[in-house]
Amino acid sequence: MALQVVTANRIGDGTVVYLTRVGGWSERITDGEVSRSDEERDTLMAVAQATAEIPEVVEPYLIDVVEEAGVIRPVRYREAIRAQGPPVHPAFGQQAEEG
Amino acid sequence: MYRYDEYDQTLVDERVRQFRGQVARRLAGELTEDEFKPLRLMNGLYLQLHAYMLRVAIPYGLLSAVQMRKLAHIARRYDRGYGHFTTRQNIQYNWPKLEDTPDILAELASVEMHAIQTSGNSFRNTTTDQYAGVAADEIEDPRVYCEIIRQWSTLHPEFSFLPRKFKIAVTGAPNDRAAVRLHDIGLIMRRGDAGETGFEVIVGGGQGRTPFVGPTIREFLPKKHLLSYLEAIMRVYNQLGRRDNLFKARIKILVHEVGAEKITEMVEEEWRHIKDGALDLPKEEVERIRAHFAPPPYETLAAAQPAFEEKKRADGAFATWADTNVAAHKVPGYAIVNLSLKPVGGIPGDATADQMDAVADLAEHYSFGEIRVTHEQNLVLGDVRRTDLHALWRKLRDIGMATPNLGLISDIIACPGLDYCGLANARSIPVAQRISNRFADLKRQHDIGELKIKISGCINACGHHHVGHIGILGLDRKGEEYYQITLGGSADQDAAIGKIVGPAFSSEAVVDAVETVVNTYVELRQNGERFVDTYRRVGKEPFKERLYAAA
Repeated sequence: MALQVVTANRIGDGTVVYLTRVGGWSERITDGEVSRSDEERDTLMAVAQATAEIPEVVEPYLIDVVEEAGVIRPVRYREAIRAQGPPVHPAFGQQAEEG
Repeated sequence: MYRYDEYDQTLVDERVRQFRGQVARRLAGELTEDEFKPLRLMNGLYLQLHAYMLRVAIPYGLLSAVQMRKLAHIARRYDRGYGHFTTRQNIQYNWPKLEDTPDILAELASVEMHAIQTSGNSFRNTTTDQYAGVAADEIEDPRVYCEIIRQWSTLHPEFSFLPRKFKIAVTGAPNDRAAVRLHDIGLIMRRGDAGETGFEVIVGGGQGRTPFVGPTIREFLPKKHLLSYLEAIMRVYNQLGRRDNLFKARIKILVHEVGAEKITEMVEEEWRHIKDGALDLPKEEVERIRAHFAPPPYETLAAAQPAFEEKKRADGAFATWADTNVAAHKVPGYAIVNLSLKPVGGIPGDATADQMDAVADLAEHYSFGEIRVTHEQNLVLGDVRRTDLHALWRKLRDIGMATPNLGLISDIIACPGLDYCGLANARSIPVAQRISNRFADLKRQHDIGELKIKISGCINACGHHHVGHIGILGLDRKGEEYYQITLGGSADQDAAIGKIVGPAFSSEAVVDAVETVVNTYVELRQNGERFVDTYRRVGKEPFKERLYAAA
């Protein structure tokens, strides 16, 4: 079973966010709640869909991740770029926070 | 340039009010994303990888200085201090907030601008020659007809739900600077037997996953029939276009499947019913619109400008720029000036708010207050006195827009790619930057000569890779960025789709591969051949051999 987290874009400004362990949304993927089974995955998506209806976020979906020493990283580079910000603008997005 | 009448202004103002209400309902949760998405797309608002993206229409690429300042203001106040000029001669902002977009649209409406029909299955911005109205080689100013098409195609009730998006380009000159043969409809101004002007009509060109150079379906269409003929084409497409399959929905697929001859018959048959009717262009209306494009008050100047020639002799850098970025104007003593948005290592098409403000000032000072956006992602000041060129050049250097690289290897078209775009498979901008840096030596660029590199981050081909002399297409190969190289494409009057040269290259290898192609050309070229001439003479094999020799 691949590890997955739920991602979406925040409704107001489109910022990339991840569903967290406490049910809110964070800009840091490493705050994301990781699903390890079909049940966990369905639960996470149900929580995400509910917040999408508020509406807090737009179009939540699952992405594959790897977890190493407590750090979560996306498998696909598309998602790595979403998580970090545009590589051509290092001052924008999470990459700026993490230096 | 064209100025809004009360109908134009009312339409745009009403749309702002309507969209303000829609955004409020969306933020209040009264509209779902499924309901809201088509509404925001009708107003040019996309959701991309990191943020929303707002695409603003610049009709046929023509801007006033006042409008350019407004674009700068929007970049500064609502975005992150820059904008991106596109191959549809539009501008897009990469970081607008949803809640701000009604205010942005209201700001745009205050200067006769909007974002209507910059997305969706509708008519998109009609594009044209960036030298329209001033080109030395022009038959007639195409902007008059672009504006007529703009009015006809804006919220056209019969064509608001086309099978797919629809793009029209018009040129008034035989040297095609608007890629008209790569459009759903391309119009080329021609002279008829009696010397009267009309259009050659091309239908079914396009890029994307199935590229075609469009066939001509009518050699000569008298101008007064323009709208009825376009409407006939649209009716055939609207009825027969493939709504069942997104990938086959463009008119080029219909033309390809049915055949140009049969399409011509169908269009002519439809046209028979509607020609000489309400869509005939009334002479007074054409003249009313033409008056908006009347030439500015040019001074009477000598064609020879000794002061300009003297400056060129005295200053080699200025001479290089003048020989590369300045084009011939139809009026003696004037010149067309290209402002390069391709500095060494820069992002093709990006301009900061400060640069936009500076360009607006320069346009007012040197070029009757107008600016043009080119489909190759540069800017143009169309009406500069040759005696002012040296002063203008110095000021352009100060704002980083005097790189003398127009049409050279670093004058690259690149789509936003995976740095921004939700559809992309690979990044485009960094490849453009690395090529630009690799060939940073201007002497080398000038020695290589005309060479158009165009880069797309996916098969949708927004970066026009199919028609690059060297085209680069980004691929996702098992989770890694790979780049497929095509050779021999062309977007001009000799339009051609490039041919894939061989297996794709890794991101690491692609710039070396481009350099190998360039070096091969330099070794093979004869008697002043451009890259594309050499390619047409020798074909892809010599390039292929060199590229894959080690493999």
